[in-house]
Parts: sequence; structure tokens; C-alpha cells
Amino acid sequence: MQMMDQEAVAKSLPRRIAINKIVRGLFLGSTLFGLVVLAVLLYDVISDSWGWLNWNFLTSVVSFDAAEAGVIGAITGTFWLMMITGPLTMIIGVATAVFIEEYVKEGRVRTFFETNISNLAGVPSIVFGLLGLTVFVRILGLGSVVLAGALTMSLLVLPIVIVSAQEALRAVPSYLREASYGMGATRWQMIRSVVLPAALPSILTGMILSMSRAIGETAPLIALGIPALLIPLPSSMFDSFTVLPVQIYYWTIDAALNDDLAALAAATIIVLLVMMFILNATAILVRNKFQKRL
Amino acid sequence: MTELSMKKNVSIQEQPEEERESVFEAQGVNLWYGQTQALHNIHLKQREQEVTAVIGPSGCGKSTYLKTLNRMVEMNPEVRISGNISYRGRNIFSRRFPVEELRTRVGMVFQKPNPFPKSVFENVAYGPKIHGIRDKQLLEQIVEESLKGAAIWEEVKDRLHENAFGLSGGQQQRLCIARCLAVEPDVILMDEPTSALDPKSTMKVEELVRELKETYSIMIVTHNMQQAARISDRTAFFLNGEVVECDTTDRIFSNPSDDRTEDYITGRFG
Amino acid sequence: MASSTNVSNLIAEQRSKSKRRKLEKLVPFILAGAASISVLTTAGILLTLMVETVMFFSEVSFREFFTSTDMQPLNRSDPSFSILPLLSATLLSTVIAMFVAVPVGLTTAVYLSEYATDKARRVLKPIVEVLAGIPTIVYGFFAFTFVTPVLREIIPMLDRTNILSPGIVMGIMIIPMVASLSEDALSSVPNSMREGAMAFGATKFEAVVRVVIPAAISGIIASFVLGISRAIGETMIVTIASGSNKNLTFDITQSMQTMTAYIVEVTSGDAGAGTTAYYSLYAVAITLFFFTLAMNMLAKWISKRFREVY
Repeated sequence: MQMMDQEAVAKSLPRRIAINKIVRGLFLGSTLFGLVVLAVLLYDVISDSWGWLNWNFLTSVVSFDAAEAGVIGAITGTFWLMMITGPLTMIIGVATAVFIEEYVKEGRVRTFFETNISNLAGVPSIVFGLLGLTVFVRILGLGSVVLAGALTMSLLVLPIVIVSAQEALRAVPSYLREASYGMGATRWQMIRSVVLPAALPSILTGMILSMSRAIGETAPLIALGIPALLIPLPSSMFDSFTVLPVQIYYWTIDAALNDDLAALAAATIIVLLVMMFILNATAILVRNKFQKRL
Repeated sequence: MTELSMKKNVSIQEQPEEERESVFEAQGVNLWYGQTQALHNIHLKQREQEVTAVIGPSGCGKSTYLKTLNRMVEMNPEVRISGNISYRGRNIFSRRFPVEELRTRVGMVFQKPNPFPKSVFENVAYGPKIHGIRDKQLLEQIVEESLKGAAIWEEVKDRLHENAFGLSGGQQQRLCIARCLAVEPDVILMDEPTSALDPKSTMKVEELVRELKETYSIMIVTHNMQQAARISDRTAFFLNGEVVECDTTDRIFSNPSDDRTEDYITGRFG
Repeated sequence: MASSTNVSNLIAEQRSKSKRRKLEKLVPFILAGAASISVLTTAGILLTLMVETVMFFSEVSFREFFTSTDMQPLNRSDPSFSILPLLSATLLSTVIAMFVAVPVGLTTAVYLSEYATDKARRVLKPIVEVLAGIPTIVYGFFAFTFVTPVLREIIPMLDRTNILSPGIVMGIMIIPMVASLSEDALSSVPNSMREGAMAFGATKFEAVVRVVIPAAISGIIASFVLGISRAIGETMIVTIASGSNKNLTFDITQSMQTMTAYIVEVTSGDAGAGTTAYYSLYAVAITLFFFTLAMNMLAKWISKRFREVY
């Protein structure tokens, strides 16, 4: 008795092959969907900002007169924020990663730390904004200044920095650790003289990428009460400030009133994207330059 | 300022073999990885200015034993050890004998050359530096002496500040030996130091081992029986985590007292 | 032969100095101090949210907050507080986003993992991931100034601010997350399983649908759940493009306000500290916090619980 109808199988085969081909095309289209959206988005932003992005825009402070307005204040504020957030998260993040990876034995304590960090990474950024508002702005009484923004932002990106530093530490080959221990190095000597230098490029790459994430963050800073229209540039970490994404936000929500404001928002978006692009390119360069050494 | 001396009193060499002082003495050492026992009741002595070769089929515990001597084996959290090992009369497992001190006195050369991703100079200066020697002139002196001691000075003296990864495998291994010498250890443990090297580099390292034994006590794990015969004074044969036999190399290779040793040496298994 | 500068003696001398031993003992405590910051952050979030939420519920009843339908926090004469309108907006925007992110993300993952050549994958994957790197404020701008006007051409009754447009754009933002996590799950299915199916004459598509996807299903579903969590917590896109009407409705053409957008409105507005509107922030935020936490934990549970052992 024949269990399989060979003729039916042969008959259905062309159809099945055709389905496979169609599906393949559909799935490729779906993959390219992202590319299309990206292109449309960039086109939208560039066409909206056409003619607005010039030297005057980059070097002027904000103004009620759209033609006069610029983003130097927001650029300065963004730089201030990074100058504090970067080193702070680097130090705390790497120290935390070293503690978890090198000093805590696998077991409950390590699981506790790691679970906490991964849960923290999933907390919406607006909730961090509320934490910053309550603790830094109100309880510590800092007000909506650079320092309050930088501390809030540091807590927000810390989980990302920790996780990437942990990965960097784990990637240091064990033979280097053995060589160091074999010479009679203590744990901290081994970490400082072998593990950290070897992991540094990856740690730096991770930090730069997390900074690129931080400069685009908007919600937590708005929650802190960063002002919409601020003329004086910050000159210390206890000054009021604004940043590029917050500037974009206030111009965008008012864009319905005045088309020029949409243009300003679009031009500011380009400035922000260019800064992010530079950060990402730097991260890739750092990684490629040092990758060969190990 | 007197010249830095890397050599100890040579006259000990003249003493009859049996009277040489023992450096390491293991008594009834057992070791477990989790539930599996890897070493069974090991009794072994390592003497001054002698090369002891440890041979045996792979998985017999020879590397494990070597790493027990400088307590590197304990980096695996699963490891449990019982029994006693003394180094120059001091219990190596004692709380009063810091493991860092033990490892400074007992150097180790690994199977795969493992220089740090630093310059040749920094590799050799690593040990002295972590142990608190900062004097630049002294460091330079130590680096030179150590590189000479490891018979690699002539090859690298013009590239001391280049990355050690640029050296050949054989050079890297001798650099690792130089790194070891820089802290003037008492004993050098070598874990199959030539298994990753080509025959020519292997010969150079073997020659070096013969020179080094004038000054240091050396224990070398090897899977190569010719190598053991060429360079060692004494040979210990390990099988399934036990020491089957330990005697002078001559006797082990010419007239072993245990059949299993003979079987292994004549290539009947392993 | 004995020399005064004998290295081993020098080393022994240095060892007896206690300074370095002290540092060695101190370091773990310093590092532990740094590590405690992330723990304190979690504790800080929980504590501030809870304390102020308790204050809120001393003024507004549980029942009003969770069962009434009216949300008018800034109405001076007769404020009312209900989270339901905010929840409905959050729910709707999340559902819309997942309608975009799930099919596109999953098919992208299948294409990249099963169909694409190595070369094509190396080009396509980074492009898809660029979408994840674009700041949400930029997506908000895009939704408000481009997607909404285009949609209004198609659906004339669409409000100028509505939940549909930010929902779609949020979905686009989440595509890379679903795609890359699903792709990880798909590519960890061993080749022998694919070969097993294809050796019986199955086409690639049949092998994917009958063998590969079922084998990777836990990772795929976990990626959806994480996408949901991301959508619930997303703030700027909905704040900009969906306006601030606190309507309890399921009409996607209307302006609605999500929980996250509510927090932005109240913090950037003039609800002074100590008012009920101010405390309501925390009640909303803690609801949001627990929703996303639950989703993240669910995702972890799914991928752990149903992890296939190959």
C-alpha cells in the first residue's frame, strides 16, 4: 500500500515553491520598511529645516522672533550635561561592574545586583525624571540646574554603562588574569594593571554609546522643569540650562501656531542627529583602533 | 652600589643528592573538582636545584598538582583540597602565609605563552613593580638581567618598548620566563611550557631550563617523555591522580619498579 | 656573592609595609559603595513614589481613582481624578504600536536569520538598528508634522492630535527591538532542526513556520512583551502627537493622554508642590512603574521558563 500520494505531492510542489518565493520577497520588503521610514523621516526633517540651518542659527541664543532664534544655549547646555554625566557614569558604572564581576561570587548576591540593574534598565525614563524632580530639585533644593539634570541623567544611563562594562570585563581572557595572579599580584593589582587596561577600549565604546543615548533623552529633563525659553548660557553646574531635545520639544508643540517654529525644531533635530552621529562614529573608531590588540 | 646578583651560592651543587634541602613537600594531598577526585593521596618532594619532570597521560592530574603548589588551582571555586603541602617548612594553606607571597616565591610558566598586552619592558618589570619596586634604574637593571637570564636579551634589547605580542611564540614563552625571573623566585613551575612551540623554540627553552636549574628549583609538567629524559634529574609518573612512581630520571627510564610506568614509557598506553 | 640590592629581599621588605595591604582591604568597600548606588536608585524610586502616592490617596479615594471616569486634575473648583482615561490611552497606543511592531519586527527577524545571506545581513541589520538609536523626540516631531497630516488625507475625521499616529510611530520605533531579540531567538535554533525539516522536502518557509518559529517561540514572545513594556513607558511621541485630552474612549481618531504624557504635562505645567494634582503624578507614575516592571519580569519569566534546551 502506498502511504504517500506521490502525484499529489508533485502537483503541489510548484505552488509551495512559489509561496516560499513570495514570502521571501514580502519579508525582504518588511526588512526594508525600516530603511524607507528612515529615508522619509530624514527627508521630512531636512525639507522642514531647509534654509534655516546656518551659522547664525548655531551661534544665536533663543528669541521670540523665529528669524533671530538659535540654539547656542541648548548646545552649551547639552555639552555641560555630558561633561558631568560622562565621567560620573564612567566611574560609578565601571566600579559597580568591577565589584559585581570580580569581587562578588556567583550566587544570590550577584543575582540580586544583576536583577536590580536589569529591572532599572527597564524603568521608563519619565520615572527617572520624577525621581530627579523629587530628590535633586526639591529635597536637595538644587532647582532645575545643570547638576540636577546631570545627576538624573547619570542614574538613567547607569544601568546601560554597567552592563556594557560587565561585558567588557568578561571579555578579558583568563590567561591574562592567571599570568598576573601567577606573579603574586593581589586581586586589586591584577584588576588595575591587567583587566582594566585590557577592557578599557570596550568600556569607552560603551560609555560613548550611552552618552549618545543620553543627549537624545527628553522626558526626564522636561519633568525636572527645564525652561522653554532661556537666554543666558550656563557657566557653572549650578546655573539654569536647556538642552537640544527640550528645545525641540517646545518648538514642536508650538509649531501649530507658527510654521517657522516647526522649521526651527527641524533644524535643531539636525544639530542633535549630527552630534549623535559624531559620538557613534567615535565609538566605532575607538573600537576598531584597539580591537586588534587582544 | 653592588651588582645585582641573580645567582645564589653555587657550592650547594656539590652536596650529595640526598642531602639537598627539599623546597616543597606534599603529604597525603587529595583534591576534588566538585564530586570528582582528581588527586589521590599524593606524597612528593621537590628539592633545591633540581629539575623534576611530571609525566603521565592527559587527565592524570599532573597539571592539577602543579597548580596546587602555587594555589592557582583554587581559582576554580569547585576545588576542595585536603592534606598538607609545605614550602620551606611553611604550610602553604596557612592563613599566615599570604598566597601572594607564595606566588612571588614560586613562579609559574604556562602552557600557552601569556605575555601582557604591554611592551617587553613592562612585561618583565610587571612583577617588581607590583611588589613595590619603583626605582627606575633598578628596574632597568632587573629587566636586563632577567632577559639575559631567559636567554632572550640579544633578540629583544632593541625592541624593549615594542608590544610583546609582536614577538614569535617561542620568544613570548622565554619572555614569560624572564617575567618570572624578575622577582627572583625560588621555584619555577612550568606547565607544559613547550607544547605550543615549534621544535626549534622547544630546544631553546629546554637549554634554558638546564641553565636555570643552577639557580632555581624547577618542576616541569610535560607530555613529552624525551623531554623529561633530556632535562630532568627526577621524574614523577602520575596515573589517574596518583603518583605511581617517583625516582631519579635515569632509573625511571632504565629500570622502573612499577609495571605501569614501564608500560607508559614504552608507549603501551597513554 | 650576596648583594645588598637583592631583588627578593627588596620585595620581602616592601611586603612588610602595611600601606598596600590596607588599600587591598579598602578597595572592595569603595567598589561596593559604588555598586550600592544602583540599588539605592531602585529604593529611591520606590520610596518617593510610594510616599507621595500615600499622600495622594489621603485626599482622593481608591475608588475614585480606579473606577470613576472623569479626569480633570487642574479644574480649580471641582477637580476629579481617574486613571482610567490615561490607562485607555496607554492601552490603545500600545496596541496600535504592537500592530506595527509585531508583524514587521518578526518578519524582519525571519528574513535576517533565515533568508538573508551573510553579506546582506551585515548591511541590513545596522540599518534596522539605526531606527532604535533615533531619539524619541525626533519620532514625536515626525509623528506630529508628517505622519498625522498624511493620515488626515486618508482619514479626514482624524483630529490634529490623535492616538493613532503616535501609536504607529511608536510601533516603528519598537521594530528594531522586536527584530533583534527575535532574531537572537531564531538563530539560536540549531541548524540540524532546519536541515531535518528540509531533508523531507519542506520549503524554507515551511521549515520556518513549522520548525524554527515553534522552537524559538519563547524568545519571540518575550521580545513582544518587552516591546509592550517599551510602548507603555514611551513618553515624548505621545506627548507631542496625541495632545492632552483626558477622554475615556476607544476612538483612535481622538486626542488622548497616556500616563506618561500626563506626567509630562503636570510636571511642566504649574501644579505647585503639595496640591492634589501634584500628588496625582506619583499615583500615576507608580501605576506606570508597576506595569512596566510586570512586563519586564514576565518577559524574563517566559524566556527562562520555556527556554528550549537544544
